Amino acid sequence: MNQDKALLAYVTRLGDNALVLSQRMVELVAAMPELEEELANANFALDYIGQARMFYSYAGELEGKGRSEDDFAFLRDENEFRNVLLLELPNGHFGDLVARLVLFDVFYLAQLEALADCTDERVREIAARAEKEIRYHLRHNTQWLVRLGDGTAESHERTQDSIKALWTYTGELFAPDEIDNVFEAEFDGPDLHTIYQRWKEQVGAILAEATLDLPEDGHMQSGGKAGRHTEHFGYMIAEMQYLQRTHPGASW
Amino acid sequence: MVAIALSPEQVLEWLSDVADPEIPVLTIADLGIIRGVRVEDEVIVELTPTYSGCPATEVIEKSVVDALYKQGIENVRIERVLSPAWTTDWISEEGRKKLREYGIAPPAEGGSKRELLHGSRSIACPRCDSTDTSVVSEFGSTACKASYKCNSCLEPFEYFKCI
Repeated sequence: MNQDKALLAYVTRLGDNALVLSQRMVELVAAMPELEEELANANFALDYIGQARMFYSYAGELEGKGRSEDDFAFLRDENEFRNVLLLELPNGHFGDLVARLVLFDVFYLAQLEALADCTDERVREIAARAEKEIRYHLRHNTQWLVRLGDGTAESHERTQDSIKALWTYTGELFAPDEIDNVFEAEFDGPDLHTIYQRWKEQVGAILAEATLDLPEDGHMQSGGKAGRHTEHFGYMIAEMQYLQRTHPGASW
Repeated sequence: MVAIALSPEQVLEWLSDVADPEIPVLTIADLGIIRGVRVEDEVIVELTPTYSGCPATEVIEKSVVDALYKQGIENVRIERVLSPAWTTDWISEEGRKKLREYGIAPPAEGGSKRELLHGSRSIACPRCDSTDTSVVSEFGSTACKASYKCNSCLEPFEYFKCI
């Protein structure tokens, strides 16, 4: 894979992660358990959408075929999305949401910090912008995870189950493929092994504070980074893309 | 047509009263989001977004184009400048004063990484200056604000978060 192709694929994947997570969060607008969380969820979703837009706009420029950010979001098929599976799983209960956000954002923050030092100027700029936002998300969601884990017997048990269930989707974050490798080599991109060490340590500390057990690493699910998705994903993008697919070019 | 004598300073002055759509007491100059003006065969205004997903970004860009159109300048191009990323430290002294008068506590200076991860130091009430205040919600009416209350004068107020 040459350098240009890897850059385009890498940037598109960053956009896919941000968009898919934000779409899941958008599904919860007006359905969060209390007002503060309602605002938090909507504000966070907006940050991810903003990041997806910046990544997709750049991907469109790199590709050079005149595709816009909207074309990337609304007019690609399931197997063209390369987000990790962790982000496309259905929302579940509140503990599931918090667990997913903590597991992903500890990774994403480390990834963005590394990207803020890569050699591609535009990626560096977007990463530096996004990194500040994710820091704030992580603070909020970590507090919740500790509160739930170290809360009542029921909240502890259910959150422990959330962590266990999601754990099998975390391996994919750190499993490098050709795109990761070329991006790391050619653009001084993130070293996923280093990021994994740091993730494990940070997640371990958060879980310990939350009195939750760190699950054993076993079989890990993967496929999203190569365009092979869970059953849930098609339904999700069908809803997301409905308007543009039914009324092409609709705008307001 | 762009007049030959047009200077960037003149353009900046025309833009000086373009208001932020979400906090209308602040101008975009107070916010520190105008990064530069270049006068070439068109007028180029460099703006920086505050938050990635800030819905005000597009409104602000349109306001800039409108404000210059009123001065007879028709060919205006907006350039989004991402780097270095905007920080609340760029809000001017004047901007901070206006925020306080409007009832919003201005962001503490030095929006450090530590602060983003570990929370703010004590925030002074914009009405009575007491630092005996507490967080009601980390989130407020817009992405950039948190909700506080003052334990001295008992008034609720918003805090412009450090970023």
